[in-house]
Amino acid sequence: MHTPEKYLELFQKNRKQIGKDDPPFVKKLRDTAIASFRQSGFPGRKEERYRYTHLEPVFDGELSFDFQPRQIRFDDDEIFSCDVPLLDSSVVTVLNGFFHHPGKEALTRLDNGIIYGSLKEAIGQYPDLVKKYLGTNAPTSNEPFVALNTAFSQDGIFLYVPEGVRMERPIQIINLLLSDKNQMVHHRNLFVLESNAVAQVIICDHTLSPHMFLTNSVTEAYTGENADLDLLRLQNEHNNSCQVTNTWISQERHSRCQHGTITLHGGIVRNNLRINMEGEGAETSALGLFLTDKMQHVDSYTVIDHRKPHCTSNQYYKGVLDDISTGAFNGKIHVHPDAQKTEAFQTNNNILLSDTAKVHTKPRLEIYADDVKCSHGATVGQLDEEALFYLQSRGISKEESRLMLMDAFTWDVISKIKHPSLQERITELVGKRLRGELSRCNNCAMHCQE
Amino acid sequence: MLEIKDLKVNIEDKEILKGINLSVKAGEVHAIMGPNGSGKSTLASALAGRNYFNITHGKIIYEGKDLTELTPEDRAREGIFLGFQYPVEIPGVSMVNFLRTAINSMRKYRGQEPLPAGDFLKLMREKKKIVEIDSDLTNRSVNEGFSGGEKKKNEIFQMALLEPRLAILDETDSGLDIDALRIVSNGVNKLRSPENATIIITHYQRLLDYIVPDVVHVLYKGRIVKSGDKSLAKELEEHGYDWIKHEVDAHA
Repeated sequence: MHTPEKYLELFQKNRKQIGKDDPPFVKKLRDTAIASFRQSGFPGRKEERYRYTHLEPVFDGELSFDFQPRQIRFDDDEIFSCDVPLLDSSVVTVLNGFFHHPGKEALTRLDNGIIYGSLKEAIGQYPDLVKKYLGTNAPTSNEPFVALNTAFSQDGIFLYVPEGVRMERPIQIINLLLSDKNQMVHHRNLFVLESNAVAQVIICDHTLSPHMFLTNSVTEAYTGENADLDLLRLQNEHNNSCQVTNTWISQERHSRCQHGTITLHGGIVRNNLRINMEGEGAETSALGLFLTDKMQHVDSYTVIDHRKPHCTSNQYYKGVLDDISTGAFNGKIHVHPDAQKTEAFQTNNNILLSDTAKVHTKPRLEIYADDVKCSHGATVGQLDEEALFYLQSRGISKEESRLMLMDAFTWDVISKIKHPSLQERITELVGKRLRGELSRCNNCAMHCQE
Repeated sequence: MLEIKDLKVNIEDKEILKGINLSVKAGEVHAIMGPNGSGKSTLASALAGRNYFNITHGKIIYEGKDLTELTPEDRAREGIFLGFQYPVEIPGVSMVNFLRTAINSMRKYRGQEPLPAGDFLKLMREKKKIVEIDSDLTNRSVNEGFSGGEKKKNEIFQMALLEPRLAILDETDSGLDIDALRIVSNGVNKLRSPENATIIITHYQRLLDYIVPDVVHVLYKGRIVKSGDKSLAKELEEHGYDWIKHEVDAHA
């Protein structure tokens, strides 16, 4: 059986189980999504968007899928502490794609109207609110991974910040993968910031057992007029995992968004980022940093869609690749005819530490307005030999000199992370990663081998 | 302190240094002059350990050790300092981090504990005065956005911090205005002592008005073709290099 059929059958056979408490609008979303997937199938080898990352073989693997949360006995406080222990954040945990809340409320509603917690629960409790946003940003048509997620996802995190409310504490989503067999997970996040709302979200991805995991997640975020969203994802799964993230952000007038993806570990990682500038004067910045070695593969695919005038976007993506690892950056800036006075910038710099590492970089500008400022630049290189010799000539060892140059290279991206304590922590993690000291989940007590 | 014996160096297949002999004793200042392309910078690089060329013949003995067997960092730790003709800009590496790492690498090599932060800052303040360096420069990335003069001052500042036994200054005077030249030379003079030695590589005589050399060598076509006292530099200033070129070429 071809892989797409496998998924169509999986869906049909379990249709009663998948989202069995779904209200009609979610049922409809699923049905539309599976129809879209039936039409598109998986991206083929010739599909330009997925030229460097062929995912069908991964989806073809023997992977189990949970339609209900499995009862896994595990004390997350005791055995697991995240690499980014923010002292002052609201932590929510997602285990194998399901909100994990032993003894806690599945959904928290604060006095100021902020709601956060299980998406599944939110669909049940606030169907009208969720309906307004769920699936309206990330289309399933011609987006096979969004389609599969929409069809199969059961749960994830919902965040709602009402008009004019500033979230005092960041919300930290910890995605954990733990299983006794190879496993596929589809989870889904929905973040809604009404006008003038401010929120910061940190997503940390971890694997807690050595099994093969395939995660296909969708995150939809809406930033209302003059709202401010800071969304950072830290990917630190083991190298036997595959992760496809699909992040769709829409921005209303004068809203500000900062999106960042830091990839430390993970076997095959594909990050799709789409930012739609729906209102005038919106600002966005997208940061990306990936560090790969061994057989890792990290592919960043971005589309910044400038639909309205006076919007600004800045993309900074950097990669450091060692051994036989591979990477790709494919970044598109699309400026629509109406989007005059657009300022859109993009840089992608890569360093290859070995002769066998490989990176593909492809900036794409499609500009249909005539009064815009756009630029892009991409580089692939080695560490600067002159700079290395300069450092060594001052008594610094070659190894230390290399690390100093790599730290400097990555600092360019890290320095743009706004939250100071988070910036500090990321600096430390990246430093450790470069020094080879960070092997997967740094603070995990499970010691499962790679 | 330093003995260079019949040193021959190739870059790719081209012989750049064709048998250099040079002996430098503690307390001495040697000037190596010569027209462009004579091999001056190659000699400086060979001493500091840059690896884009081959030493095909000869020896460099420093304090009884064969230098060619040491990495650039170990040469530095043994007390050799190269003042770069073109100091490298390293965006993202802060001056402070760079200098602290350098000093502590040297200390570790000598079996000393890292310098406490307070002592390090005090040391920086002290040495900044020697080269009249702007305080602000040390808050920036290494050489990034420095003017030509600031870069050269920064080299001497590093030299002051690292206290080398043998300093090799490669065209430190080029591109300096008269004030910067005075400051840089003062810096070098203040660091002179009976225990250490300096090799000044230059194209022009004017630096030698400020730093008076004990010996002047003329390097031409990969060989030292003439050595003398400081008056040789004066002669070169007046008559240029042509008379030496004629002498050497006629002889050949």
